[in-house]
Parts: sequence; structure tokens; C-alpha cells
Amino acid sequence: MNEKSHVIAAIVEHKPGVLYSVANMFRRRNFNIESIAVGPTEQSDLARMTITVNGDERTIEQVIKQLNKLIDVIKVSRLDPSNIVSREMALVKITAPGAKIRTDVINYANIFRARVVDVSPESLMVEITGDANKIDAFIASMKPFGVKEVARTGITALSRGVKSVKIEE
Amino acid sequence: MTKMSGAQAIVEALKRQKVEVIFGIVGGAVLPLYDVLYETPEIRHIMARHEQCAAHAADGYARASGRPGVCMATSGPGATNLVTGIANAYMDSAPIVAFTGQVNAFAVNSSYMIGRDAFQEADIIGITTPVTKCNFQPKRASEIPKTLKQAFHIATTGRPGPVLVDLPKNAQTETAEMKFRDSVRIRGYKPKIDPHPFQVKKAVELLLKSERPIILAGGGVIISNASPELLTIAELLMAPVTTPLMGKGCFPENHPLSLGNIGMHGTSASTKLILEADVLLAVGTRFSDRTTGKLDEFCPDAKIIHIDIDSAEIGKNVGVDVPIVADAKKTLTAIYQSLTSKLQKGKSSQWAKRVREVKEQARDEMSGGEKDLKPPRLMKELRKILPNDAIVATEVGQNQMWAALYFMSYKPRTFISSGGLGTMGFGFPASIGAKVACPDTPVVDIAGDGSFRMTEQELACSVIEKIPVTVIVLNNSVLGMVAQWQRLFYGRRYSAVDLGNVPDFAKLAKAYGAEGTRVGSLKEFSKAVKKAIKSEVTTVIDVPIGYEENVFPMIPAGAGLKGMIESEEEL
Repeated sequence: MNEKSHVIAAIVEHKPGVLYSVANMFRRRNFNIESIAVGPTEQSDLARMTITVNGDERTIEQVIKQLNKLIDVIKVSRLDPSNIVSREMALVKITAPGAKIRTDVINYANIFRARVVDVSPESLMVEITGDANKIDAFIASMKPFGVKEVARTGITALSRGVKSVKIEE
Repeated sequence: MTKMSGAQAIVEALKRQKVEVIFGIVGGAVLPLYDVLYETPEIRHIMARHEQCAAHAADGYARASGRPGVCMATSGPGATNLVTGIANAYMDSAPIVAFTGQVNAFAVNSSYMIGRDAFQEADIIGITTPVTKCNFQPKRASEIPKTLKQAFHIATTGRPGPVLVDLPKNAQTETAEMKFRDSVRIRGYKPKIDPHPFQVKKAVELLLKSERPIILAGGGVIISNASPELLTIAELLMAPVTTPLMGKGCFPENHPLSLGNIGMHGTSASTKLILEADVLLAVGTRFSDRTTGKLDEFCPDAKIIHIDIDSAEIGKNVGVDVPIVADAKKTLTAIYQSLTSKLQKGKSSQWAKRVREVKEQARDEMSGGEKDLKPPRLMKELRKILPNDAIVATEVGQNQMWAALYFMSYKPRTFISSGGLGTMGFGFPASIGAKVACPDTPVVDIAGDGSFRMTEQELACSVIEKIPVTVIVLNNSVLGMVAQWQRLFYGRRYSAVDLGNVPDFAKLAKAYGAEGTRVGSLKEFSKAVKKAIKSEVTTVIDVPIGYEENVFPMIPAGAGLKGMIESEEEL
């Protein structure tokens, strides 16, 4: 078994129930969604789902075929990890009482090019964008201070260059 | 553009789809629709006595005719009762369109509205998403013409399957300007029909080189009406044909190249020869576990060509050498045309000899016991009585496997059985549906006493609606297939399988106004069947058989094809 993480982009009808049918297909076929990010596209009636899935080659092939089979899924592409820009955003709330700890956290945040977006007497909230590894690394570095809460968006990605996941009309 | 109510638009759309019959049960949330049906004599409504049976009847109708079957139910329990029938159609790729009522989608400040847990509200869209090809819920009447056009298109094209349309009550009662179009365009749905020429070429090359080709022909051959093409290719290649349950009838089983059924209860000829094959041409089949047995022992030495219109079936269970995603008929035609121009005469007479030899050996098994009222014997007797085009439906369990093994089918769409879901109780309502589709053809349900009891209330439907079918109850007073497993694999510990001797099926049939008879010998059986298929009323023939009958050959669950056993002693 050669299990790897794969990034799949699916262009779907932008209407109620589509996310349900996609998620339901994953559950029913015993596939696991690592992360899923959904949002509207440049065309108002289409939405884009960026799904990361762990699995071997055969599993990913089946995932793509089963996605394609759903009527409301219009196009599915497997993104080549060596030729994409992928980003994830996370909000991380860190326990930070006292000036010394705050300065430390802010210094770390600067190294990761993250931004402090909220502050309270007991905590800081940091916004960080990057690939999943970078976010993992940042969260790990915050562990000693005390990570109170993390909200991650899941990966969203586009392939580089002029190529696009296009819908023929 | 015409102004009409949503309910009128539904009926208009059904007429445009040339729907002639609906199997259904009325209820509160479909009252507006039924009110329009009341004044629509061109569409016959057949009232089932349980919604599950309405769906099975639509399924049987679709399989017998090749046209979409339509069923209808109210919201809530009406809709959820349909689910088994829908799931059954989904597993066996039967084109049915199911309509359900629903509470209002819009009603300002009303508690009788979707999401408020109104009376008889069920989330049937959520419930049926995993068992339908697609489902719809038009929230406004104006969406109805387009929705219905898409629903029928999706159900009947590509790999067919059930589509559900949930109809909120307001969408039925509102009026709107309706526009009915003849064309349909769904951007996420474009079934691939034509085979890729390069893949066809690769398949032909493999077949030309092959010395021991075998054909595995499934339900897809029947769906795409590809039986004539299959026959010509088999004869050209001298390749024997074996069929999983869903393919039964796609190749005449009295043909010298027919090996009969394959799988858990396949014929020994099928099981032996598929293991010897060097090329397997699989058409319209999905390599289910019941067909293949243990996967790594399935045709380990054969190159596999897999033709299926559903790309997701390719490589799902079995790795293939030449995948072809396309319609079975188109692909077989292309393969045939390429083969005839290239094939030298006298293709592998040795393989043909081997096929004859193995079939010869298997003769005894196929001829069945000589004693009276042994199921194999009954099946053979039934075959002698029924005309070639008679339709046989089955229930699920031993009755089904005896029918599959010993009742020879000669034509496509004459054998109707619940293959994928294995739904006990399917056969009787399905045979009612088949009879509606083919009123001049005798239709027989081969049943067990356990299965028949699950949907026997449809005797009322068949009598009142004058849809005469014949039900043969192979009555062993036990859930026979489960008992067989308990006998073979659980040391005869018969847990919860005994059905007792009730009811008296003959009396039960008579209570509904049908005919009923109990037979005690093969002669009486023949007489009863001959009478029943001519009768104008449904007949139930109760045939007592032994409590401990087994179906053999059998490949125990989890074993490979090599693990086939032909008697209890071999275990």
C-alpha cells in the first residue's frame, strides 16, 4: 500500500444538496476526506471543491470516478502536487498571559509570516496562511505556550500557469 | 407556454414521456397530483398494497419492457416504504422514476413546511441519495417540466438506474407558465456511448491471439439489447458464454456454447472453464463478490477485457487489461466487425472440444434428481411447459438459485430477479409489473414460502387490477438458504429459520379471490401450471419440498472458484 495525500479539484453545480451528495458518496464508499474547502467560482452557478484524500493509486482513481458519476459534479481534476499553488488558512488562539510570552509568540508569528489578529489579556489570535506543512509547523511551535483553539480552512489549490479546470459549455 | 398547475404539469410531462402506467399508493401529500390523474384515462394507475411493491412492480415493468417504470407514493412513510424498491433497482440498474409527495417547500410561518417536522414529513432526498442515480426536489411548479425531463433522461440513459422526484405540495398546487422542451442538457452528465477505437483494437488483438477465450455476459448486455451481437461474437470465436445472475437470458441457455450461471451457485462447467481461460471478455458486468468469489483466485491467468458504460465499474473490484467505457451493443458491434475481417477459419478446435467435454461431464448435475418434487426436476418440468418467451421472476434464496441453475432462459428480459440487493419479496410484485408490460406473455414467479410471505398482500392488487400471474411456492417451511448455511457451516444449528406450516397458501390465495392449489406429485404440478398460465386470475401453486434440500454446486463465502463443492460430503 502506497498511501499518499492527493488534491482533487471538483467543479460542481452551485446549489443546495451538492455538498451532501459528495460527502455522502465518500462515506458510503468508505473513502476518507482529509479536508474539503468549498466556495463559489468565477461563474456564479458553479462552485469549486478542493478535496484532499489519503489513499493508494487505486483508491484515488475510484474516488475520481465515483465523483464523476455524480450528476451535479461537472468536472473533476486531479492536481499534480509538483505543479500547483496550494494554500490553507488557520486561525490559532494561543494562551499568552504576560508581556514576555506575548513577545515570544509574536516573534514566532513573524518568522512564519503570520499576523496577530486579536488580543485579550489572556490570549492572542494569529492568522496564518500557507501550505499544510507550514501550518502544522506553526501549530507545533505554539504547543509549549498552550494552543487553546484552532480553526483551519482546509487546502484550496490551483494549478500553475494558464491551464484551468474549464467547463465546456 | 401554457399556464397550468404543477400537478397538471407533472401529468403532462408523464404523457410526453409516453408513460402508460403508474404503480402507486395515494396519500395526503400527493392529493393534487392524484386529482389530475383522476381525469387522465390514458395513464393507468395500479394501486399496490404496499409502496415497496409499487417500486418493485415498476422495476419488473422496466426490466420486462426496457421502458422506464414509474411508481408513486405520498410523503413520510409512503416515501420511506419505497426505499427498498429503489435500492433494489439501483443495485440492478433498473430505470425507474419514483415520485413522492412532500410537505410545502414554502409557506410563510407555517408549521406544515419542510424542516419543521410536519406530519408525514421525511427527508426522502437525504434518505435516497445513496440509492438513486439522482434525485430532485422542485420547490416551485415552474421547475417541473425541466425536472421531469431530466429525471427520465437520467433514469434511462447511460447505466440506467432509479431517479426520485420529491414533490412539495405547493409545487403541485401553484400555477405557472409551463414550457415543455424536447431537448435536455445536463452539463454534469454525458454518458460515453461510443467505444474508443484504440481500445477496441487492443481487445481484438487479445481475442485473436487467445486460444481459450470465454465470455462473461452480464445485465448490461440485456439493457443495451446486445444479445444478437453477443451471439455472433461467441460463435465466431467459439467462445463459451457464462452469465452472472443479472445476465441470465442474454444468451440462449440451450446453445452449445452456453455454460449457464456463474458464481456462488454457478454451474460446474462455468466454474471450471473460466479458470482455464486465457482471455476473459467481460461485458456489462460488475464483478460482484457473488460472481467472482475470492478475488485473487478469480481468473488469475486470464487477460481481462472489460466493457462497461459506467467507468467507475472498471477496476473497482478486478484489475483489467483492456478497459472499454462504452455501450455494450456498440462495442460488441465494433469488435465483431474488426474480428470478422481478421479471423482465420478453424479457431482453436481444441478449446471447443474441451468445452463440450466439460459440459458433458456436468450433464448429471444439470439433469437433477429423478424423484418427484425435487426442485431441479420441477424447474426442468416448468421449462417444458412454458413457451420460450414466458417471463420468470424469482424471489431470493434457494428458489432463486434453483431457478438460475435449472430453469433455462432463452431470451433476454425473460428472467427477472433481485441480483444485487437480494430482496426477498421482490419476485411477486415484479412479476405483476412484468405482466402489465407484457400482458400476452405468461409470467411466473418462482417463490419460496419465506419470500412470498413478505409481499403476498399484492394478491389483492393482482386480483382487483386483473393482472394474472402464476406463483409457484417451493414450500419447505423454512428460510431455506439460511438453513443451508446453518446446515453446512454452523453444525445444523437452525437458528430462527423455521417458518412452520402456516399459512395454507391455497386458502390464502382463495381468500383474496385468486386461485390456489397444493400439489403432491410432478404430474399434479404440471397440470396445475398448465392451468394457471391460462387462467384469468392469479394462481398460487403450493409445492411442498423437503426441509433439508440444498442448492449445489456452491462456492462457500470467502472461498475462491477452486473451492466449489457439489455435495454436503465434500465439506
